[in-house]
Amino acid sequence: MDPTIRLILAQGMLGLNNGVFYAMLSLGLAVIFGLLNVVNFAHGALYMAGAFVALMLYSYLGPWIGLDWLHIGFWPALILVPILIACFGMLIERFLLRWLYKFDPIYSLLLTFGVTLVLQGLFINFFNASGTPYPAMPESLKGVVNLGFMMFPKYRLFVIVFSIVVCFVVWYIIERTAIGARLRAGTENPELVKAFGINVPLMVMLTFGFGTGLAGLAGLLAAPIYSVSPLMGANLIIVIFAVVVIGGMGSIMGAVVTGFALGLIEGVTKVFYAPAANTVIFLLMVIVLLVRPNGLFGRQG
Amino acid sequence: MVSDIVELETPEGTNARRAFPRVAQGVLWAILLGFLLVAPLFFYPVFVMQLLCFALFAAAFNLLIGFTGLLSFGHAAFFGGAAYVAGHALKVWGFPPLLGLATGMLFGAALGWAVGALAIRRQGIYFAMITLALAQIVYFFALQMPFTGGEDGLQGIPRGYLLGLIDLNQPLNMYYLVAAIFLAAFLVIYRVIHSPFGQVLQAIRENEPRALSLGYNVDRFKLLAFVLSAALAGLAGSTKALVFQFASLTDAHWQMSGEVILMTLLGGMGTIFGPVVGAFIVVTLQHVLSGIGSWVQVVIGGTFIACVLLFRRGIIGELARILRISSL
Repeated sequence: MDPTIRLILAQGMLGLNNGVFYAMLSLGLAVIFGLLNVVNFAHGALYMAGAFVALMLYSYLGPWIGLDWLHIGFWPALILVPILIACFGMLIERFLLRWLYKFDPIYSLLLTFGVTLVLQGLFINFFNASGTPYPAMPESLKGVVNLGFMMFPKYRLFVIVFSIVVCFVVWYIIERTAIGARLRAGTENPELVKAFGINVPLMVMLTFGFGTGLAGLAGLLAAPIYSVSPLMGANLIIVIFAVVVIGGMGSIMGAVVTGFALGLIEGVTKVFYAPAANTVIFLLMVIVLLVRPNGLFGRQG
Repeated sequence: MVSDIVELETPEGTNARRAFPRVAQGVLWAILLGFLLVAPLFFYPVFVMQLLCFALFAAAFNLLIGFTGLLSFGHAAFFGGAAYVAGHALKVWGFPPLLGLATGMLFGAALGWAVGALAIRRQGIYFAMITLALAQIVYFFALQMPFTGGEDGLQGIPRGYLLGLIDLNQPLNMYYLVAAIFLAAFLVIYRVIHSPFGQVLQAIRENEPRALSLGYNVDRFKLLAFVLSAALAGLAGSTKALVFQFASLTDAHWQMSGEVILMTLLGGMGTIFGPVVGAFIVVTLQHVLSGIGSWVQVVIGGTFIACVLLFRRGIIGELARILRISSL
């Protein structure tokens, strides 16, 4: 195979791997924004918290409760981390965000910004700013797979496939099932839905929890790839916002497709001009804004 | 947010009552001027200069959020970007101090024009997210360009001689230059707010469709406000670079954009003196708490949450409400 093409394919795969995190995080943001009209700035911090919770479940929980042999590994964490982060998200919704729905949505953006600073500050205090590796990569996912053009780590391939499935399931639930229809109705016309006997505040809380749970899941999936650090969400969240602007805010499909596509584009840019890789997403955002201010998949508004 | 309606609600007030707002405003002006004159006698001049740079930054930012209703989440780009440009002009090109500051300010205006022209295509939170993303481009430039010094920042910026005569390495000389810059810029902002142009901006903030239907070119006014705010933020950043002889990545990072929002929110969006008070509180807090490391971030974040939940009008905004005054 031509070495240039091989390089492009290889960087494309690595880019797709970053795209997983763009897609899952912007999906969570789209769920929260599309249904609650809240821009959750804390999404990056919750992603970071997800990675740390996974780390703590493995290395710290045992000693804390006096059971030194206890290590909660990757597979149980795959269930536990999203649930824990979702619960935390629901606490934020119940005790902080709920008071702001009657004001301009900008206030909820500012509130979640404050939450971000608090979370980041706390994790820096307890774990210091440098990264820690996640020690619990499952044995079954170690090693590499031969893709023909490159040797690709098994774990990364698992992450790509797993997250495509998750994204599809979330899209299906919200756009195609009765639960999704109820959710969308509940945000369009809360009074009417209340009249049908549905507990709208509870539904809103669960939706927010679901979105943040996705962020936690992304954090857990990222932990074995990148090192776990308090600042891992800080720059990512801005990229996610650009992805969301490009995809069209509130569009579930737009979030997922744009997330994967931009990861891919970013990866391929590395082949041609590496210093531009950090900014290519933002430049694309500028172009999309000039041509389609509502984003690629955005509805009129 | 404080609006002029508050004043109309006052029942036919006596003369004394009508004169009251002017007195209250006069008192705040007097406190500010008095503070500017005597502060270096009581406080470390560099600390007061830092206060003033951030107060100017917040006042410039408030012109946009408080008086035009646009939440920019990318103002660190103008503040930090101008700091780098002014620093480069002073250090490498050997510009005299005032020309260096003017270069930084001009850069802020030009960058503001580019960012503003793109961002005003969308409204509300979209506007905020777009400014944030565009500011991140500036951040990556600052990180990667050869002249910025990357992680180390741009160091050893010379203060030089004002007009070739006054040695700015003398702390008091530098202080009174910064105080003069702050006062001049603050007066410009005050005049802008009270000009017909400023009234149109406030009309856009209150009801954009109505301003549009009255025949105002809303986009043009928004863009002008954005450029003005970015230029003044650039002046603040350049001045900070001259004072500290240092431009760094922190000044261009999104957390700085957040901090300036906090300063404005805490003091009172849409008030004249609020951002100054907010900047003083936040900078002093950071100074006092600098010994506790990253707990400062937790405190700042907590303040943010408390502000948004409990007093959205800010300190000066609440004060104005208690005194039933429209403009403080």
